[in-house]
Amino acid sequence: MNAFNRLLSTAAIGFAVGLSSIAAHAETPANMLVIASRIDDITTIDPAQSFEFAGSDVSRNVYNKLVNFDPLNLDAGYQPELAESWIVSEDGRTITFTMRDGIKFHSGNPVRAEDAEFSLRRVVTLNKTPSFILTQFGFTAENVGETIVAEGNTVRITTDKRYATSFVLNCLTATIGGIVDKEVVMANEEDGDLGNAWLATNSAGSGPYSLQGWKPNESVTLVSNSDYYGGAPAMERVIVRHVQESATQRLMLERGDIDVARNLNPEDIAGARKADGVVIDDELRGRLMYISVNQKHPVLSKPEVRQAIKYLVDYEGMQNSFLKGQYTIHQNFLPRTYLGAVDENPFSLNIEKAKALLASAGVGPFEIEVGVREAQERIEISQSLQNTFAQAGITVNITVGTAKAILGRYRARELDMYMGAWGPDYPDPHTNAGTFAYNPVNTDEAGATGLLAWRNAWDTGGLTAKVDAAVIEGDRDTRAKMYADIQAKFRDTAPFAVLFQKIEQTGRSEAVKNLNLGGAITAVSYWPVTK
Amino acid sequence: MAFTENNNGGRHKAPLELWIRATFLMLGSIIVTMLGLMFITFIIGRVMPIDPVLAIVGEQASKSTYDAAYEQLGLDRPIIVQFALYVWDVIHGDFGKSLLTARPVSQDIARVFPATLELATIGVFVGIVLGVPLGVIAAVKRGSWIDQVARVIALVGYSMPIFWLGLMGLLIFYGILGWVGGPGRVGIFYVDIVPSVTGMILIDSILDRNWLVFKDALSHIVLPASLLGYYSLAYISRMTRSFMLEQLSAEYITTARVKGMSESAVIWRHAFKNIRVQLITVIALSYANLLEGSVLTEIIFSWPGIGSYITTALLSADMSAVMGGTVVVGLIFILLNIFSDLLYKVFDPRAK
Repeated sequence: MNAFNRLLSTAAIGFAVGLSSIAAHAETPANMLVIASRIDDITTIDPAQSFEFAGSDVSRNVYNKLVNFDPLNLDAGYQPELAESWIVSEDGRTITFTMRDGIKFHSGNPVRAEDAEFSLRRVVTLNKTPSFILTQFGFTAENVGETIVAEGNTVRITTDKRYATSFVLNCLTATIGGIVDKEVVMANEEDGDLGNAWLATNSAGSGPYSLQGWKPNESVTLVSNSDYYGGAPAMERVIVRHVQESATQRLMLERGDIDVARNLNPEDIAGARKADGVVIDDELRGRLMYISVNQKHPVLSKPEVRQAIKYLVDYEGMQNSFLKGQYTIHQNFLPRTYLGAVDENPFSLNIEKAKALLASAGVGPFEIEVGVREAQERIEISQSLQNTFAQAGITVNITVGTAKAILGRYRARELDMYMGAWGPDYPDPHTNAGTFAYNPVNTDEAGATGLLAWRNAWDTGGLTAKVDAAVIEGDRDTRAKMYADIQAKFRDTAPFAVLFQKIEQTGRSEAVKNLNLGGAITAVSYWPVTK
Repeated sequence: MAFTENNNGGRHKAPLELWIRATFLMLGSIIVTMLGLMFITFIIGRVMPIDPVLAIVGEQASKSTYDAAYEQLGLDRPIIVQFALYVWDVIHGDFGKSLLTARPVSQDIARVFPATLELATIGVFVGIVLGVPLGVIAAVKRGSWIDQVARVIALVGYSMPIFWLGLMGLLIFYGILGWVGGPGRVGIFYVDIVPSVTGMILIDSILDRNWLVFKDALSHIVLPASLLGYYSLAYISRMTRSFMLEQLSAEYITTARVKGMSESAVIWRHAFKNIRVQLITVIALSYANLLEGSVLTEIIFSWPGIGSYITTALLSADMSAVMGGTVVVGLIFILLNIFSDLLYKVFDPRAK
């Protein structure tokens, strides 16, 4: 539905609601949580393969991990879960986890170190898209027999070199860290797939919920695990219903047929805010909006020009108009709530300062092309940039294209400027530091298309070594400080201007308490919810 | 024996052979049409500016991951080989696996198509029951207030955006009045209660004799089906009116009236009888359009039908699902055409 249609439908509903208020005719049962959300991005529920938002939401509630985040205290970082404790070897390469006793899978099988060994080895062996979160530590299908080993009640993992313990443990909190029931999974193996096809649509975890059913583009139903080691969840059933349209979600929420609406657009948020019994929650997510300029460009590669560009963005104007409630100003590559995240946002629109910087670089009026994917908010940001850049004599030609066309050119280092978004892959600062500020070989032949710094032909000015150092720092506080320092230099020198961080606005019945969407670092948690 | 003697001593083909020949011709045309449809869809899928590899690996993947997925999908082979392999799989009932649902496309279609079939059938039924009489009356009472009302109804049906009408319907009949069920095929308490036999909840609940589920499913389908029915009604009533006007101005109608035949006999036994063949085409087309799946209606009412399935697949570069869905929709068009042809033979003696 395009913006005009969206506006028309919202206006119509707003008008009609003004004439006659919607009475809450229904109410969901006290032991059931009903959510309207867009779940059409789920392609599999297998924790070794799932890499989408809605899939992560299911996984977090179905699978326990060795370590995990406490939904009621995300700031505390990873906490013991299936592993009750761990020790790190002197060389920093081996972490030995001791398993918690007495935990059972949904099948009734006990959770053993052997299951943890199987689950982690399985991720590496299957080598699906998110497997890099583990394989970056040097695990391969050939060496997992020696590097991931269960012994009695412990499981030992040995990395290829020293890494910060917090880095390894943060990665184990990602969806791929979910521990599956080896007996059940192997009983459903087909053609040596380690149960991959079966786990795509079934669950074999030990978490607070088990999967009762997933109907693509229709619904996900979870039922509570009364034997959950943290106590049986208050919500005995959780039903996530696929409702594509924001206005429909709002109607269902205001009528009391659902407890939570997760995809309300700004117009419907404004309307729902006035409804009785409805509360709007704002929660920061990990997605960042940024622009970057190609360092192969003779003008854009000048340090003063890179600086000037950061003063040519109307951050506040955009935040308070078309991005209102959806994005907040954030000028650092680590999203707020990440380890090492900082709140400093020194740049604001300052045309005169930008002009002075351009003049000091000896640059006159020039013309550049910005590539942007065909998404409404990105196009609007590009149009705002076009306007403010023009005031400093920079003509910006906007090229709107499909993901294939624009990303293809970006990955080939062909765009002058790129306007896009980036979402972290796992809840550790290295996920973003390792792409924004890391580029060991800055040549075309290196073909490091996964690195944003490489895509912009930026050699990082020494930040690559600092990122390497931060990723092996054992002390968590020192490590956080190192990322703060990297970001300070990045802000000043990088050909990137990070602009905004995503805010997710959720409509919720006021009866629903303790719903945590997971912030920027993890997914939603249903088990603490009460009504 | 293939040939018999006719009265003139010549030889003409026996009815059995004619029937076999007609059947072969029909099957041949179905196969050629389906191959053509598959080829065009396949080529469009390959030249479209969407990247199925990117859809799998994500935009943050490395080149080696991208290349591995590219080869895994067989995209490194010549396009004609890819097409031949696809046709071979389809012949064996394998439409491939959907990227989005991790299930075989045939399984997905078996799940989403009954939802659309149920909705479209009730929709077209509403369209026929109301649209045909409205069109006939509008033609007979040409220029009267009834004709004007019919025109306005049709005009609104043609011109109002379906999403707006759908949302307004939801707001009034579900949100404010509470007369109908909300989005989805059944309420959350009735999901998966009756065993799926046909995939159509109304029929499955009757088979299961579960009247609570039937009532709930009916309350959910009535609004989207009425909405689709309204659009069918608009089309069917205007076409009926136009066909009837043509017949009513014909000389044989004047003759019938002169002979003193009653007006109702003139209208229904003469004029209407002669528009049945044309109406069959209109109704078949209208039904086929609804069976394609009305994407916006399905989105607004969270109706998991084939329209939203194909659209979601298309937007996600899930080409196996898009092609599987397109082939099914194409097959429906062809089958409805054949069905229309058979009905022609029933209603039109010249076609026998």
